[in-house]
Amino acid sequence: MYEFDIKAPSKLGKVVRKLKKDEDAVVLGGGQTLIPTLKQRLAAPSQLISLAKIDKLKGISSDNGVVTIGASTVHADVAADGAIPALSALAGGIGDPSVRNRGTIGGSLANNDPSACYPAGALGLGATIVTTDRKIAADDYFRGLFETALEGAEIITAIEFPVPDKAAYVKFDQPASRFALVGVFVSRTGSDVRVAVTGASESGVFRWAEAEAALAANFAPEALEGMTPSGDMIGDIHGSPEYRAHLVGVMARRAVAAC
Amino acid sequence: MPADGGIGAPNKRREDIRFLTGKGNYTDDMNKRGQAYVAFARSQVAHGTLKGVDTSAAEAMPGVVRVFTGADFAEVGGIPCGWQITDKHGEVMQEPAHPVLAQGKVRHVGDPYAAVVAETLDQARDAAEAIEADIDELPAVVDMKAALLEGAPKVHDDLTSNLCYDWGFVEENKAAVDEAFAKAAHVTTLDLVNNRLVANPMEPRVAIGDYDSSAGDSTLYTTSQNPHVIRLLMGAFVLGIPEHKLRVVAPDVGGGFGSKIFHYAEEAFCTFAAKAINRPVKWTSTRSEAFITDCHGRDHVTTIQLALDAENNFTALRTDTHANMGAYLSTFAPSVPTWLHGTLMAGNYKTPLIYVNVKAVFTNTVPVDAYRGAGRPEATYQLERVISKAAMELGVDQIALRRQNFITEFPYATPVAVEYDTGDYVATMDKLEQIADLSGFEARLKASKAKGKLRGLGVNCYIEACGIAPSNLVGQLGARAGLYESATVRVNATGGLVVMTGSHSHGQGHETAFPQVVASMIGIDPSMVEIVHGDTANTPMGMGTYGSRSLAVGGSAMVKATEKIIAKAKKIAAHLMEAADSDIELKDGQFSVAGTDKSVAWGDVTLAAYVPHNYPLEEIEPGLEETAFYDPANFTYPSGAYACEVEIDPETGKVTIEAFAAADDFGNIVNPMIVDGQVHGGIGQGIGQALLEGAVYDEDGQLLNGSFMDYAMPRADDVPFYTVDHSCQTPCTHNPLGVKGCGEAGAIGSPPAVVNAVVDALRRNGSDITHIDMPLTPSRVWSAMQS
Ligand SMILES: Cc1cc2nc3c(=O)[nH]c(=O)nc-3n(C[C@H](O)[C@H](O)[C@H](O)COP(=O)(O)OP(=O)(O)OC[C@H]3O[C@@H](n4cnc5c(N)ncnc54)[C@H](O)[C@@H]3O)c2cc1C
Repeated sequence: MYEFDIKAPSKLGKVVRKLKKDEDAVVLGGGQTLIPTLKQRLAAPSQLISLAKIDKLKGISSDNGVVTIGASTVHADVAADGAIPALSALAGGIGDPSVRNRGTIGGSLANNDPSACYPAGALGLGATIVTTDRKIAADDYFRGLFETALEGAEIITAIEFPVPDKAAYVKFDQPASRFALVGVFVSRTGSDVRVAVTGASESGVFRWAEAEAALAANFAPEALEGMTPSGDMIGDIHGSPEYRAHLVGVMARRAVAAC
Repeated sequence: MPADGGIGAPNKRREDIRFLTGKGNYTDDMNKRGQAYVAFARSQVAHGTLKGVDTSAAEAMPGVVRVFTGADFAEVGGIPCGWQITDKHGEVMQEPAHPVLAQGKVRHVGDPYAAVVAETLDQARDAAEAIEADIDELPAVVDMKAALLEGAPKVHDDLTSNLCYDWGFVEENKAAVDEAFAKAAHVTTLDLVNNRLVANPMEPRVAIGDYDSSAGDSTLYTTSQNPHVIRLLMGAFVLGIPEHKLRVVAPDVGGGFGSKIFHYAEEAFCTFAAKAINRPVKWTSTRSEAFITDCHGRDHVTTIQLALDAENNFTALRTDTHANMGAYLSTFAPSVPTWLHGTLMAGNYKTPLIYVNVKAVFTNTVPVDAYRGAGRPEATYQLERVISKAAMELGVDQIALRRQNFITEFPYATPVAVEYDTGDYVATMDKLEQIADLSGFEARLKASKAKGKLRGLGVNCYIEACGIAPSNLVGQLGARAGLYESATVRVNATGGLVVMTGSHSHGQGHETAFPQVVASMIGIDPSMVEIVHGDTANTPMGMGTYGSRSLAVGGSAMVKATEKIIAKAKKIAAHLMEAADSDIELKDGQFSVAGTDKSVAWGDVTLAAYVPHNYPLEEIEPGLEETAFYDPANFTYPSGAYACEVEIDPETGKVTIEAFAAADDFGNIVNPMIVDGQVHGGIGQGIGQALLEGAVYDEDGQLLNGSFMDYAMPRADDVPFYTVDHSCQTPCTHNPLGVKGCGEAGAIGSPPAVVNAVVDALRRNGSDITHIDMPLTPSRVWSAMQS
């Protein structure tokens, strides 16, 4: 690690002010991505501004068919909550207990790792990302590998998830990291079907339009038989692009079956 | 706590109390007064000319005590190699220099070319980043066969090529082997890769150099499996410090698996730097550093051929292996693909003619050396795979084919220079069939099918040569060291014992098992015996722990020393009871005179030894302390039969291990619980190799999976509950305990079982596949299923 200062204000406004004042300052969520990055000396922020003391960013509430999860809510708390079982299952499948008791949903969505699980959940449920400045539809939020619509000192404060009729997330683990080699989140709300895919594409999490259309016509695994996504898939030591494309089809069918 | 039992009792491991409650004393737990910290500047390219190192910016940074470069080490020796191989033409191997800090060239990613010693670790790291190396990058050689092509870039400019040696074994047999192949009714050929592994012990390496300027004494605290070996190699070959001025301490060590046998540059650096700046100097490897500096294991590319006659008897075996040495020769690297591999090619079978060719090759990668099993897993894997392939080609049962060719008479002299003293391969196979419930396989196959899964069964045998080994033999084979072991048994006045051993425990449970041996001989509770190891200052010269040698060789030294103790104690007892020495019997800690009711207790005798008021002073000295060195007459030959059942998800290619059974013959057993644990751990590592692990270099020599994010280690849920059995026991005939060694068996025997099972599952599903290279990752298995 390089040397840095750490502050933990108890007011969100103060966090934003500090970030605006110092462009080398970085906001710290659960630290499960940021701290390893610092330990490997891959980043050298001047200061970390922790969200840990801002209580109003924590917690889960339900109102009118919408589940709102505070940005600082840890994966373990989402896993324990049953309001959207598919989302709880997704959170319960992230990392290990220490990661789940530290890592936050806001941190995960801000980071937008192409192999992370929550981006598929947010996109697959048509969530709304609430920030200190605005509300951003998930469809407009994810902008590629580690890229999001967040700007400058903008902080995620909460995520609003509409409760679906049915949903499921199926993840195929990358053998070493156990992030998603491919993860597919499928939801159906009325006649609206969403299929969000993480881990697979060179452009990050994406909605698989062809699969959504096929499922809108027939919401059954068979509807996806033989289908694989087009577009550039990731190829690395864990799997070729062809393998990933194939897995997307398999995981999507399994997700539909699990709905 | 219940009283401990003696030999054969499953005593709980006493050391675990400290390991599991955070009370262990690992090297990194130690901090010396006034200590400074080291950070190494390491090459980020695999191959380059080191034209200069500019340390001026680093030297000006806060907290920097001193910056060292290769030039500082010009006057000292390089890191030595402990084994010299003579090739098939009678020439000695090519042996390159291995400077402590790179001089002139960098040869692998991670090769250190400078080091900063600073007041704090972060200051040292900051300054190390400020060092500017002028490196002209050169094309790297990574692929072994490409490295041997005419015109390939040379890793070492002063060698004639990248070939370390071309070894033929047994060269005199080659023509006969070729002739047998020409006459064979059937020949099975298999090309395979034994994947390159990173040992990844839980504790990364650490070294602390300390120098006492008043006495001129150097001390090295290090994460080593063999502190005396490090003292000898570093003292005599690198730094020129005689043993009485150099102490090496390896305290609690958190796993080694071979990777902590070797003498590493960082150890020499810290010892050297501590004297240079007259302050203790500490280096702690990061996990990222460990991936590019700890020696890797395996990395063989092999073609193996098995010849059979019309009755399916094995008539000859021929292998052709390229073995990666990496950029430099690590301590025992040359011995692994040769004497630890070629001599095992007979396996459990009476194949009369065998020829093994090994080309050891330099590449721009991290050095490769012994890793749990060291050569023997490579031998077992190829042999057991080619036998299974032969069974498939011939359409015969793979167990029957093995049984038909088993060695059944002992001692058995193999055509590859070793003589197995004992074994019963039929018994272990019978045992395996029973404990693995092989007759129930068809039912399990059906159940898997009903779930949409492909099930497969893999069976294989293994043999290993352990208890390394007779010094005169290994000397003839090129070892530059003896391989005996030592023990000093010190009996205290009130009867307790301290055993100082040259063996080293880094997870094996010596502190529990060794007392069982000594206490059983005397007939006292093992809790009266304490084990001391790991410090050259208070243990006799020993060769350390690897090659499953600690009990077979170190334990035997302990037996010899204890025998001397008992002989002397009997003399004292005879004096106390006014009887003849030869009439004294020792049982349950009591000395008695045969045929009488006279007896004295163990404690009476030990007290008399130190309070010699009534004592035969004219015959024997007071005190009760004996040292023994034991040099075995032969290796030991544990063997066994393993079975693995897998399920494959046909849609994803993911393999899960559903069952794993191991029937081992380790000879006599001292602590069956520890043996179970050793087998479990070994199988876990073997499953890791078979399904998950494998270091991958790109063509520029960059390690693509240098962290746990990409290098897959086995986790608890990757392995099943094992069924292990070691009731088949053919005791070793030449060591006093009749023990054979169990530390490596699991890692040796399990990879072929897993691969055999996966191939079997695919073939039962209609595939004509004959082989998939490890690791059998989902993507590899899926790809194989597509073709
Ligand atoms: C061993 C391990 C296994 C893992 N496995 C998985 C897995 O299987 N699936 C998976 O999805 N993830 C996995 N993760 C990642 C984990 O979910 C992280 O917790 C998560 O990606 C980041 O959340 P955090 O709260 O820890 O964020 P931090 O590490 O604190 O921050 C990450 C980034 O987000 C920014 N940030 C944090 N909070 C906010 C906010 N509220 N608003 C704006 N920016 C913010 C930070 O500045 C930083 O750039 C794993 C991590 C580890 C260490």
